[in-house]
Amino acid sequence: MTATPIVMQARGLTKRYGQVTALDGADFELRRGEVLAVIGDNGAGKSSLIKCLSGATVPDEGEILLDGAAVHFKTPIDARRAGIETVYQDLAVAPAMSIAENLFLGREIRRAGWMGSVFRMLDKKRMLQESMARMQDLKVGIRSMTQPVETLSGGQRQCVAVARAAAFAQHVVIMDEPTAALGVKEGNMVLDLIRRVRDQGLPVVLISHNMPHVFDVADRIHVARLGRRVAVLNPKRISMSDTVAVMTGAMPADQIPQEVLA
Amino acid sequence: MATDRATPSFFTTHLATLGPFIALVAACVFFASQSDNFLTGTNLSLVLQQVMVVGTIAIGQTLVILTAGIDLSCGMVMALGGIVMTKFAVDLGWHPALAVLAGVGVTTLFGLINGLLVTRVKLPSFIVTLGTMNIAFAITQLYSESQTVTDLPPSLTALGNTFNVAGTEVAWGTVLMVMLYLMAWFVLRETAAGRHVYAVGNNAEATRLVGIPTQRVLLMVYVMAGLFYGLASMLSVARTGVGDPNAGQTENLDAITAVVLGGTSLFGGRGVIVGTLIGALIVGVFRNGLTLMGVSSIYQVLVTGMLVILAVATDQLSRKGGR
Repeated sequence: MTATPIVMQARGLTKRYGQVTALDGADFELRRGEVLAVIGDNGAGKSSLIKCLSGATVPDEGEILLDGAAVHFKTPIDARRAGIETVYQDLAVAPAMSIAENLFLGREIRRAGWMGSVFRMLDKKRMLQESMARMQDLKVGIRSMTQPVETLSGGQRQCVAVARAAAFAQHVVIMDEPTAALGVKEGNMVLDLIRRVRDQGLPVVLISHNMPHVFDVADRIHVARLGRRVAVLNPKRISMSDTVAVMTGAMPADQIPQEVLA
Repeated sequence: MATDRATPSFFTTHLATLGPFIALVAACVFFASQSDNFLTGTNLSLVLQQVMVVGTIAIGQTLVILTAGIDLSCGMVMALGGIVMTKFAVDLGWHPALAVLAGVGVTTLFGLINGLLVTRVKLPSFIVTLGTMNIAFAITQLYSESQTVTDLPPSLTALGNTFNVAGTEVAWGTVLMVMLYLMAWFVLRETAAGRHVYAVGNNAEATRLVGIPTQRVLLMVYVMAGLFYGLASMLSVARTGVGDPNAGQTENLDAITAVVLGGTSLFGGRGVIVGTLIGALIVGVFRNGLTLMGVSSIYQVLVTGMLVILAVATDQLSRKGGR
């Protein structure tokens, strides 16, 4: 049915917390070059799914494949090493530090030669230049990479977080409600950035409650319900209200018309 | 585009240290007007010698406060280090170098204990160090039997010796302190390890999520703080010429005061080490100036107490105003 290669896949993910079953055999499939939105009501297993994919929790059962190979993440750091970057809702930046420092936090570049190897001195100039280049690639309109992140607006801060993820992700960028804390204009700024990240070849998983944002930017919509994936929808063929109906269960899975599935 | 770079102005980037610096100059002008002896080379050299102990403790304290913690045990741990050094050298007859190493080892061990309790048991630094402050004080008193250790070998006090620069006596200990500040400045500013200390204080969760082992950073900060307290005990012994079981009592609050006066935020993640040096000098100048004016030491304690509250209030208000 599809010629586009699958970048990341999950089969039969199950996660129980005591009596509560958060994930009940959920499947997942992310294709190259797409923005896949993940939607679902509260308790649908949306965030548990994302936590499994980003290494924040370990599933009880099921498998995750990255480029066809099975992966087992125990921490978010494992996922990062495998090339999966996650952007969180709550503006995960260090406010008093500069944009360049935030972009390179944890991946600092040291100077060449003995100043770098013996004294561990940072190459601030190079990090500054590369930050500029990254931000220009993504068309983020921030002039100075030396200004503290706290001088930026919420949307600009989130752009810094997205740019950081895009700069270092090898395979996948996961964005957990990246626009939830933002106003309309700021949210659109981040959506534009998400499109640019996709156009540069990185697939994006977007978790959002915001239907207009989902329809604006997503290529396919993964609908989570009762711990499973009920459908993957094509936003060009289905209305927003029908999507909500699938999400809430008002439209059962067997009644979804074939042509709206993606 | 590159020419369009709006780099922050000199004024805004240096504002953090400008305030403390102005306060230091103002304090100097005030005391110079009150006492003719204040602005003499001999007296300023004395201020520097008085500052070296607090100044060195304050480096360790700065590291801890940058991570949004606080170390109340600093002065007492320093005193314990001094007692260990002097007792080991005098009573046990250890070579002074080994005795110093033992003292620094003990203070570093206390730093390690503080760090483990904060990172592994997840206790607030305030409570942990309140406990270790009392423990260190008690061990100091028990081990020394509250007796001052005297008759030290001369090499233990060598850092208290002075050399002459243009008619002013400068202690070797002061030189050591300045070198420690340069080192701390370099590490905090120019290395990833230093930047991670700031990052942890700024947003520990975000720092963890980018893959920095925040608990290890925190542990290292407390261990390094303990190491600096040990170097401070060496300076304290050198300066006073004895092992004093009651050392560290004024230094405890003075060091915190110095850090906060120097513009480092108690909320973590903001501040520069040069500010701490200026803060330590402000504390030193106040103590020295008030002594010259004939104000009793109890009033000096009173003034230090007020200074620290004033500095924290300024920090708090400026954060609110800055948003």
